[in-house]
Amino acid sequence: MTMTEDGPRAATAPHEKPGMRLTLRIWRQPDASSRGKMVDYRLDDVSPDMSFLEMLDVLNEQLIMEGQDPVAFDHDCREGICGMCGVMINGRAHGNGMNEGAVQTTTCQLHMRSFKDGDTIDIEPWRATPFPVIKDLAVDRRSFDRIIQAGGYISVATGTAPEAHATPVPKKDADNAFDAATCIGCGACVAACPNASSMLFTAAKVTHLGLLPQGQPERNDRVVNMVSQQDREGFGGCTNIGECSAACPKGISMETISRLNHDLLGALRAGARPKS
Amino acid sequence: MVTVTTQSGQRRAPKAAKTSSVFKKVVMAVSGIILVLYLIAHMIGNLKAFAGREDFNHYSEWLRTLGNPALPGSTALWIIRLVLLAAVAAHIWAAVSLWRQAKRARPQGYVTKKAVAQSYASRTMRWGGVIIAAFVIWHLLDLTWGAVNSEGHDGTPFDRMLASFQNPLSVAFYAIAVILVGMHLRHGIWSATQTLGQSNRRREVTVNYAATGIATVLTLGFLLTPFSILFGLID
Repeated sequence: MTMTEDGPRAATAPHEKPGMRLTLRIWRQPDASSRGKMVDYRLDDVSPDMSFLEMLDVLNEQLIMEGQDPVAFDHDCREGICGMCGVMINGRAHGNGMNEGAVQTTTCQLHMRSFKDGDTIDIEPWRATPFPVIKDLAVDRRSFDRIIQAGGYISVATGTAPEAHATPVPKKDADNAFDAATCIGCGACVAACPNASSMLFTAAKVTHLGLLPQGQPERNDRVVNMVSQQDREGFGGCTNIGECSAACPKGISMETISRLNHDLLGALRAGARPKS
Repeated sequence: MVTVTTQSGQRRAPKAAKTSSVFKKVVMAVSGIILVLYLIAHMIGNLKAFAGREDFNHYSEWLRTLGNPALPGSTALWIIRLVLLAAVAAHIWAAVSLWRQAKRARPQGYVTKKAVAQSYASRTMRWGGVIIAAFVIWHLLDLTWGAVNSEGHDGTPFDRMLASFQNPLSVAFYAIAVILVGMHLRHGIWSATQTLGQSNRRREVTVNYAATGIATVLTLGFLLTPFSILFGLID
């Protein structure tokens, strides 16, 4: 880490003063069938430059040294692009809105400078019936995979890639499709939704594929099957409150939900029915 | 993305599209639109109170004989009542069903949960709806059937209205219910537009202003008559 030579920055450099002392209240649950509870942990000397996940790594090292079971949490790229990490931080999905002056993406992009010395931080897993807890903060999100399997794809003959200019796509459609395609399937929308609905996730996929020419042949079947699957998984219904979009690390808009509804009504009128 | 698996997690029998959560929302939206159109007509009718006893009672008599002589007696009124009853039943069925689905989707709540985007209006849709339903029953007992009204069923509609709204407690209940209806509409109109797939990023602002506008006009329109009676401006 490079430090500037000038006074004020150097004075606040993390190694020149003791780090923050934090109380962490973390959901501990040994496995899916056990009951969980919040457990308090003290962590001293937390650097404001740590990411939230690095802070959890430090806690886990401390727990392992003490011979205790480390806290299980999901993570992978730690660059805000894979959708693997995600926990409720002080009641907000990914701690969204805590990163002052910065656009926050996922939990891995939240830094400890967003907290103060002496803070108590509540950390819980995503809570929804279709997201059962595997252990502690890690949840099983395969229900999202099954929604994708129900229609979140296009069927193409594999082989040589086609000429890119063979299928023109209007710029506006390409932009909107790409905005929707930025969804990384992290599950923050479900976690933040008062109804535990997966509508924003499904709507992002329906929008992404439905706006592109390649998505047209399966458009009607896609929307009815994906909606049918999300109901079957046990997600709640959408009441258009907007918590999902506000929590989304990729800023997927509520517009996608309206588009899904529009497509679904059109598909039902056209006679599309979910396959059982 | 999470691990890809080919294992099927389907535990329950597949449901038809007709019982999907989105279909329930469409039932909610369409029945809601019928009820909003009725509320607009009802508010205009209420404002007849300012035209005086004669006009108000005449208007209420006209409602009973609406469609005469093409339709006999109160046929038209009963058709309207049946449509409203069906709309209310459908609205409540969809709401209860989605409420239960939401409860099943998260049986264990968060220890700490902060709302980031939800409005007071959207948060009070369910319990607000329950209070509104209770109010509607009392409202019918009071002003339509006269069962809980001091003028009883024998008084004229105008007399029953005066009797009810000269009582501050009655006006207070009415005002609370009407304000809840206003908030219900504030979120409901926006939500119905989304559910019917008619919203987009460009229209979102307009839809929300329209929802606030319609909700405000209806709330004020409904509050005008009872408060005017309470303060003796109509007698």
